[in-house]
Amino acid sequence: MYYKTPGYRVFTIFNYILLIMAGLLCLLPIIHILAISFSASAPANAHLVGLLPIDFSIESYSKTLNNPNFLRAFFISIGRTILGTFMTMSVITLAGYSLSKDSTVLKSRNIYAWYFVFTMLFTGGMIPLYMVVRNLHLMDTIWALVLPGAVQVFNMILLMNFFRATPKELEEAALIDGAGHFTVLFRIYLPLAMASIATLSLFSIVGSWNAWFDGLLYINNYRNYPLATFLQTVIVQQDFSKLIADPRELINISTRTVKAAQIFIGMLPVLVVYPFMQRYFVKGIVLGAIKE
Amino acid sequence: MSVKSTLATRPGLKGFLKRTWPLHVMLLPAVVLQFIFGYMPLSGLVIAFKNFKPYDGIWGSKWAGLEHFRYMFEYPDSKQVILNTALIAGLKILFNIIVPFTFALLLNEVRRNSVKRTVQTLVYLPYFISWVFLGGILSDMLSSDGIINMMLQNWFGLEPIMFLASGNWFRFIVVVSDVWQQFGFGTIVYLAALAGVNPSLYEAAEVDGANRWRQTLSVTIPSLTPIVIVVATLAIGNILNAGFDQIFNLYNPLVYDKGDIIDTFVYRTGILNGQYSFATAVGVFKSLVGFVLIVIGYRLAYKLADYKIF
Repeated sequence: MYYKTPGYRVFTIFNYILLIMAGLLCLLPIIHILAISFSASAPANAHLVGLLPIDFSIESYSKTLNNPNFLRAFFISIGRTILGTFMTMSVITLAGYSLSKDSTVLKSRNIYAWYFVFTMLFTGGMIPLYMVVRNLHLMDTIWALVLPGAVQVFNMILLMNFFRATPKELEEAALIDGAGHFTVLFRIYLPLAMASIATLSLFSIVGSWNAWFDGLLYINNYRNYPLATFLQTVIVQQDFSKLIADPRELINISTRTVKAAQIFIGMLPVLVVYPFMQRYFVKGIVLGAIKE
Repeated sequence: MSVKSTLATRPGLKGFLKRTWPLHVMLLPAVVLQFIFGYMPLSGLVIAFKNFKPYDGIWGSKWAGLEHFRYMFEYPDSKQVILNTALIAGLKILFNIIVPFTFALLLNEVRRNSVKRTVQTLVYLPYFISWVFLGGILSDMLSSDGIINMMLQNWFGLEPIMFLASGNWFRFIVVVSDVWQQFGFGTIVYLAALAGVNPSLYEAAEVDGANRWRQTLSVTIPSLTPIVIVVATLAIGNILNAGFDQIFNLYNPLVYDKGDIIDTFVYRTGILNGQYSFATAVGVFKSLVGFVLIVIGYRLAYKLADYKIF
């Protein structure tokens, strides 16, 4: 057996070291920011904090969580995530089911399919879409964050493929018993597709939570910013002017430890959710990426 | 033919509608939303050929013909931007194939499942975090008194490096951090392909006296070649997508010359400076080139590796 040779053993040791280092490389930046967030301001500002907090303190978290602007943005993000995920999943489930029929059942299937695929190839781009959203008077509403991205064509195709893999006999039996398409979808297909629905929902949750650019584009009033956009303004653009009227409040938002706490709280929901996704997504992604 | 008689439509418009109306109803929300947010913006592309003034509206504005397109090719900034985009995207595509591929090969040699799964979970992590947060973390770590420069100074005695404030370093950081964010996720595709390699090929190679290195060269890599070809050819379509989220959250005016890409340029000239027509013309150019490249990519993938999407 090859793995008992001395050469392969040496390789194995180096391989393990290399792989574990790669894993740490992905984790350590997050530990570093977590350590800063739990440190006192002085050592953090002097850049003394590595992977462990110095002078442990939860002051930055209490400042962050007592900041009404941060909390409002946090709840707007929760709202858009729930609403957005619900909308996307309903729309793509219904459409994916219909598209999973072949053209002997739904004659216009291929027309519909091309109608959706066309928009994967040609898009108006940032500015024409911005003008459409503005002309529909969606600016500054949560709908501007939810509606433009609601039809995720790629995920719709994934669902369609899952539905197609369901044995046709089940559907046939139900149709003979007099069930309509809605019954077939909700009573037969959906229960069988729960794993893929869960995966796509989790992707949608992570996507909505992380989305920041639509907030920057479509929301003019910073009071309606979702959290990711709010933090983009604070952490990346370092633009506090429009967020804070009272300069004394600046201390609650811009010190290094508070920024670290904000980053960590902002990432937290995703950090919690993503290990659950891992169970499913390998299958889902590979199905989308490679077809034999 | 029982399948056909129960599932297929009855002849005539009446029977057709009776059987399939629920399917059309189910498609309706997606069709309407896609019409509004997918097709209506396409009509807005006309402003690339006009001198669009928000006050006059799209149809009231004057025609400009191809002026904005000509301007785009003559304006030195936009040439630089197109060049930056292709260079950064090209490097990202190259390394986003090499690194996950190598990583999957190495991970595949791990026979201890707990190690394998832990490493996988850790390297997937950055993929799920928004560039807002990653950008915040990286610019803190890479600042002149950040932890990276501290380590370089204390361990190697180096002068602080302005990673995000000098153009060439900025490009380097953009490519490296993109690979860092993506490689764990990209590994999935190759790991799945590795699991599909026929084990009898390895057994045969072993009987012939091939060691693991020889097996990798003669069995594993040839088995993965078609997938690498698919990934590489499909990536051609992305040569003008250099990663808006990432660059927007890392860059600053100091590195506009080397780091500005088409999408960030469109945002700045179009949305911030209000040059709607010019920015849309740049966007149209990007879409057209992108479309041609996607078509070429798919044809190549089909020819070389027999890949089809539908």
